Amino acid sequence: MSDISEFFAMGGYAFYVWGSYGVTAVFMLIEVILVIRNKRTILQRLARMVRMNTQVDK
Amino acid sequence: MTEPSLITACRSMLARDLVLAMRRRADVLTTLIFFLIVVSLFPLGVGPEIDILREIAPGVIWVAALLASMLSLGRLFSDDYQDGTLEQILLLPHPLAIIVLNKVVAHWLVSGLPLVIFSPLLGMQLGLNAESIGILMVTLILGTPVLSLLGSVGAALTVGLRGGGVLVSLLVLPLYIPVLIFGAGAVESAAAGLGVEAHMSLLGAFLAMSMVMAPWATAAALRISLD
Amino acid sequence: MAFQNSIIWLYFSSPKNFYPLAGKLIPVFAVLAVVLTVIGLYIGFFVAPTDYQQGDSYRIIFIHVPAAWMSMFIYIVMAMYAFVGLVWNIKMSEMMASAMAPTGAMFAFIALWTGALWGKPTWGAYWVWDARLTSELILLFLYIGFMSLESAIDDPRRAARASALIAVVGVVNVPIIYFSVKWWNTLHQGASVSPTMAPKMAAAMLNSMMIMVFAFWMYSIAVVLMRARNIILEREKQTTWVQELVTNKK
Repeated sequence: MSDISEFFAMGGYAFYVWGSYGVTAVFMLIEVILVIRNKRTILQRLARMVRMNTQVDK
Repeated sequence: MTEPSLITACRSMLARDLVLAMRRRADVLTTLIFFLIVVSLFPLGVGPEIDILREIAPGVIWVAALLASMLSLGRLFSDDYQDGTLEQILLLPHPLAIIVLNKVVAHWLVSGLPLVIFSPLLGMQLGLNAESIGILMVTLILGTPVLSLLGSVGAALTVGLRGGGVLVSLLVLPLYIPVLIFGAGAVESAAAGLGVEAHMSLLGAFLAMSMVMAPWATAAALRISLD
Repeated sequence: MAFQNSIIWLYFSSPKNFYPLAGKLIPVFAVLAVVLTVIGLYIGFFVAPTDYQQGDSYRIIFIHVPAAWMSMFIYIVMAMYAFVGLVWNIKMSEMMASAMAPTGAMFAFIALWTGALWGKPTWGAYWVWDARLTSELILLFLYIGFMSLESAIDDPRRAARASALIAVVGVVNVPIIYFSVKWWNTLHQGASVSPTMAPKMAAAMLNSMMIMVFAFWMYSIAVVLMRARNIILEREKQTTWVQELVTNKK
């Protein structure tokens, strides 16, 4: 058990090491999520636009 | 009607811009007064001890010169853009880069040169000795044209945009950093008794390089903004 | 044969063909990124020894250096795409340039953040006016300038070309800024302690860092391709192939 907590202690530098790794991981994750969400909103908007155009043609 | 040669076109463009600037003399003065006010604020903030002021004087004067010349960049193309003369200028048979260089020279005469003329006043205010003031003026003479040249690229890119003024500063300030470093650094190293040739030669190199590249980039930027 | 090659190259420079290609490539690079990150971090945390001087705080290097390199590398590649887009008027190339900017800006910020957190235990200060950290800060400003110019212009065509030009102007100035900041740094502090590792990095440390560089590279390609697809959809929304794609996507 102690080996795990020892690992996370990072020789006393836990705050600095996990602070940087945490922020990096969070930023990279947020970036991917934003791009995926952005794609979904674009597709929905374009679909609505296409639907509107087809209704106009009818 | 024979086509006006390049020289006459340039001369008339320069004359036109200077006349326009002189008509609205208030704008010329605002740049200069902004420069004077900003530098005079520092002693109030930092404190009146003359040796501290002497220490920070080159940096303060140079940053103020940077901000002052950037203040007037917004108007470099925006007036011509509004009344349509910018499109006419783009249609001129002459190379656009040369015409743009003329407009930048006009801008420098209106916003850069006054700073150089008044910098000794501020140098004395901040306790610089005569020799440092001399060096400061030379660096400003070499540096302020570069500020106008690089700034014209930002002004051309943001012509006609709503928040153009602030955007120009964001685009152009990072490009000003080398000029600031060597401009202020020259005065400091002169005060410390080290040689100044390196700084001056580099400032001269920046001037030469931006004189060649910036008008061409500004012409391309104008074509992009107005196509 | 040469003619046939140029056809292939041109084939993928049209958004319509690039879109499906990017779709197929993204999972490949994403998986590569994850695998390389796991390997790199495993070596970095379990194989690499504790540094005699800095203890375990040096392990931040495994993301600090890759992030810094990626921010610089992405800016250069972005400027190349911008230049190609401007000179040969290739829309796809401009779209790639604007797809890269956010990822590059993120890596520049991460490099600064991890640099600060690494600087605190090692030199006692979160921010050291060291030449590289200062240049990284300026690079972040250049990215922000690029992105804000692009978002300030409504017409997408002018926005892409204007930001492409500022990217090219920026990349011409990056070396000048870098060397003047380096000169300015040595001028004022003399050869101060700069955040370089011990001259002889243990093999495991070096391997882990290099693997992480490739992991970040794969990650950047995947994210940039995803964002490029979004930009394609946005800019090509009038075309028939996008409208078909949107309808049968339902």
